[in-house]
Amino acid sequence: MVPAHQSWLDMNERPRKTRTQVFTRKLDAFFLDIYSIGQFTGRFFREAFRPPFEWKEVIRQFYMVGYKSLALVSVTSFVTGIVFTKQSRPSLAEFGATSWLPSLVAIAIIRALAPLVTALIAAGKVGSNIGAELGSMRVTEQIDAMEVSAVNPFRYLVVTRVLATTCMLPLLMLYMAVIALLGAYLNVHNNEQTSLAAFFQNAFEQISFLDIFSSSFKSLLFGFTIGIIGCYKGYYTTQGTQGVGKAANSAVVISMFLIFIEEIIVVQVVNSFR
Amino acid sequence: MKKNNAHINKDNTVVAIRNLYKSFGDNHVLRGIDLDIYQGENLVVLGRSGTGKSVLIKIIAGLLKPDSGTVTVLGQEVDQLATKELDALRLKIGFSFQHSALYDSMTVGENLAFPLQRHNRSLSADAVKKEVARVLEAVGLSKALHQLPSELSGGQRKRIGIARTLIMQPAIMLYDEPTAGLDPITSMDINNLINEVQESYHTSSVIITHDLTCAKSTGDRIAVLLDGQFLQTGSFEEAVENSTNEQVKSFYDYNFID
Ligand SMILES: Nc1ncnc2c1ncn2[C@@H]1O[C@H](COP(=O)(O)OP(=O)(O)OP(=O)(O)O)[C@@H](O)[C@H]1O
Ligand SMILES: [Mg+2]
Repeated sequence: MVPAHQSWLDMNERPRKTRTQVFTRKLDAFFLDIYSIGQFTGRFFREAFRPPFEWKEVIRQFYMVGYKSLALVSVTSFVTGIVFTKQSRPSLAEFGATSWLPSLVAIAIIRALAPLVTALIAAGKVGSNIGAELGSMRVTEQIDAMEVSAVNPFRYLVVTRVLATTCMLPLLMLYMAVIALLGAYLNVHNNEQTSLAAFFQNAFEQISFLDIFSSSFKSLLFGFTIGIIGCYKGYYTTQGTQGVGKAANSAVVISMFLIFIEEIIVVQVVNSFR
Repeated sequence: MKKNNAHINKDNTVVAIRNLYKSFGDNHVLRGIDLDIYQGENLVVLGRSGTGKSVLIKIIAGLLKPDSGTVTVLGQEVDQLATKELDALRLKIGFSFQHSALYDSMTVGENLAFPLQRHNRSLSADAVKKEVARVLEAVGLSKALHQLPSELSGGQRKRIGIARTLIMQPAIMLYDEPTAGLDPITSMDINNLINEVQESYHTSSVIITHDLTCAKSTGDRIAVLLDGQFLQTGSFEEAVENSTNEQVKSFYDYNFID
């Protein structure tokens, strides 16, 4: 199987071709990419559940994923909570409905913001890191070295990382939601002197189990996507050191693109259950 | 230093290559390669940059697939093997990479323990430590145990790369440019190490190089790779020094002024 090396995202290549030619070439490369990502994913499921398991490496990757994104997730979520609440206040105040603020903010954060923002941050921090790490292991022949010592590099490198991103993203998402709600509380408390208990009670009035479940499921899916795309791009890096940068970059762009598509699909499906 | 050839068993071929072709697009790299490697010998493949030396040993180790032709290693045809059989065969092959390919997120000790722990899961931590110490000693780098690959010099990295293969006690060693980029004295150390490995581990080796000193001091037999084919195979004197081929002659004159 030949992976699609030429990314459909490099818009500046080959200026001499006509626009249509460029477009069809990008389109071909895009579908080739999608096809090989599908194969890569299939291989993940074939290899992930067969022993021997690399538990130690999985745990290390859990730590790496959490560690890499925790600081940024904390700051972003706290600021998002404050700003979102502050900006929503005037429109609710117009109807004298500021008492609805906690539940409005909670719905926005738990249903939409937390999964999406966590995923975008993780795509940027973790996805690019995986792409670059595996990419440099590929071009410096470390992956070949593993293969000739009869250690399965896919299992050691890819399976562990994909498991880590898949399991960690829901946790990060829940953490993000809590911190964002604390940010929102800060704003509400400053204006209405609401107590923390009252704020949270109010906030969770409109939140159902389905909301939390669907957000966790979305995060799981996003985490899986980030892991698979980062690993795929890194694992098939070509063109030496230059390729490593490209791998990291396209890992981020493609996983963000897929995250948006998945978001739209999951929202449609979940809404049909409401 | 004259090498002693008593250990070579010409009746036992460990690697047999027949009519091997490999291209990358329009780039026809290997064009009909035939080669036998006998048990216990050091075979040097000599050739200029870009002639496909690395491609050749990657095919022997099953990292690349040939377009046509057969490669038989220890009686098994490499590109016909299922994953399990290929892995079993690879345990008997040691591959020293051109740029060492040490795992740079691990210390030297972890690099060495990595293959061993995965293939002998019953081995105790103490036994692993002992083995690691043994091969580090063999390559003369006992003090590097806790260092990271990024803290080592090129020559030291080469040694650790060799040690990492020795820990699995391979029957066949494949060295890709063991002396490239090293100063003459460090090169000589590596050459001696290759000969020591041959003697004490009874390995059969393929040594890929464009360094004539390395070829002369490690090779029992030299095969000259030119334009995708083997031009000549024989002792250093036959294949290089007294070669009648113009390209080999100029390569020799340019490299060897002593
Ligand atoms: N994976 C690959 N894809 C495409 N072309 C390749 C690949 N590997 C090697 N080549 C090409 O094959 C040719 C031989 O490469 P190889 O690395 O075997 O050279 P070499 O003899 O080892 O040279 P050097 O002494 O510089 O290491 C080169 O022209 C290279 O571009
Ligand atoms: Mg080479």
